[in-house]
Amino acid sequence: MVRDRDMLISLENAGIQRSQRWLVRGVSMSVAPGEIVTLIGPNGSGKSTTAKMALGVLEADEGKVQRKPDLRVGYVPQKLDVNWTLPLSVSRFLRLTNRASGSQIKAALSATETGHLATAQMSSLSGGEFQRVLLARAILRSPDLLVLDEPVQGVDFNGEIALYKLIEDIRSRLDCGVLLISHDLHVVMSTTDRVICLNGHVCCSGTPANVALSDEFRSLFGEHAASGLALYEHRHDHEHLPDGRIRNGSEAGIDA
Amino acid sequence: MLDDFFTRAVIGGIGVALVAGPLGCFIIWRRLAYFGDTLSHSALLGVALALLFEVNITFAVFGISVIVSLLLMLLQRRASLSSDALLGLLAHSALAVGLVVLAFMSWVRVDLMGFLFGDILAVTPFDLAIIWGGGVAVLAVLVRIWQPLFAATVNYELATAEGAQPDLANIVFMILMAAVIAVSMKIVGVLLITALLIIPAATARRFSTSPEQMAVIAAIVGVGSVWLGLLGSLEWDTPAGPSIVVAALGCFVISVLPVPGGGRRARAGVSASAPSTAAPDRDPM
Repeated sequence: MVRDRDMLISLENAGIQRSQRWLVRGVSMSVAPGEIVTLIGPNGSGKSTTAKMALGVLEADEGKVQRKPDLRVGYVPQKLDVNWTLPLSVSRFLRLTNRASGSQIKAALSATETGHLATAQMSSLSGGEFQRVLLARAILRSPDLLVLDEPVQGVDFNGEIALYKLIEDIRSRLDCGVLLISHDLHVVMSTTDRVICLNGHVCCSGTPANVALSDEFRSLFGEHAASGLALYEHRHDHEHLPDGRIRNGSEAGIDA
Repeated sequence: MLDDFFTRAVIGGIGVALVAGPLGCFIIWRRLAYFGDTLSHSALLGVALALLFEVNITFAVFGISVIVSLLLMLLQRRASLSSDALLGLLAHSALAVGLVVLAFMSWVRVDLMGFLFGDILAVTPFDLAIIWGGGVAVLAVLVRIWQPLFAATVNYELATAEGAQPDLANIVFMILMAAVIAVSMKIVGVLLITALLIIPAATARRFSTSPEQMAVIAAIVGVGSVWLGLLGSLEWDTPAGPSIVVAALGCFVISVLPVPGGGRRARAGVSASAPSTAAPDRDPM
């Protein structure tokens, strides 16, 4: 076990109370460098609240929250609304909280396969493009910790798998910790190192396989969720690139 | 040159417009129009107190605006009323208290219309010094906090999580707003300050592709509106503030008109503002 002070973030018995109701309580967890930790749980189970508490966006009303000094965070929030009154191009958005050179922006966008969108306006992006750009912005900061709150919303199933694969790639390339929030375990199974199942408190935690088989998980999500775990193995014989081109599986390596 | 009241009004108005444009962009992006109204309505209370205690009106208005914005922040955290109800409560209470206090001071003769709608005759060389000195200071601070303030405008939680310190930027922004209201009061009057903040920024949106560009264009549109409005005011003997706002409105209307021949800008504007559900293959009517 890694010692506490080596952790990027650690929560100890932490909780948040709003108008006499505990949104989450008694959460103990930590993220180590290079580790992917997934928070799962039904709607309203306090996943986002827990992440915000870990990030210091919300102050914990109870327990202890520790962050490594000078922790560099890349955050993909659950909701980010860029309305039309705000003229904001993708490349300007990537420089929201940090300076970045043109080549850094290009690299981050091509890592998330959104290079063709650099000059597009944020308000004109589709749901899937938007999520990829959010991810590009977060990795551009070369963070120690990536916090991704439902990063695949608005993305279709195949895109979802590709996006999770991408997150795994990013983790190994940047060697950063990842705190991932998701409501479906089966797609994140292959990606994640540790799963924490939340429902106002920590229901169960452990490796994805152990959690999926646990009684707590089955009672929270039903037998159906646990049995659907093979879904992510689905193979597609071709790949849809974000700019609309199709890369054929039988002609692997056609990139050039 | 500064002996001419009209020249003073134009120089003062341009100074105000240069600051109001960029700040107005933030008002639009953050949906703070009502907040601007609240601060400017409370300015009249500042006027009343300045006359009562015989201090400089601009400084008194600035002080009251800062107090009202801090009060608002406090109430938003404590009270159970919604933000818009709180804003309405503060705006009109401050306006009413200001009017009542003015009425009690029977020994001062106050040109109420001048405070409500602006009075170009009242701009003194000392006011010009305050407008331009204060304006330069406001712009310098705005440039300084631009990055965290803009990050917090796009998403407060993201800015906090990534260490941009949006709370500090937000408080500084409120103080800048109070300063702009204090210096604009003589030019456009308390009832119309929000218009000078919002209309040039709204006009600029159509022609901008980046936030910084929108701020600069808003300042330019504001300067044009002040110039046209004051000319009109002189020509037709209309009150200064309303004339400037009417000129700004004219610029806005022109900016939303479709460009004949469907220029590049027009298409960009239309495609960006049109809902994405519009059928792409619909027959032209």
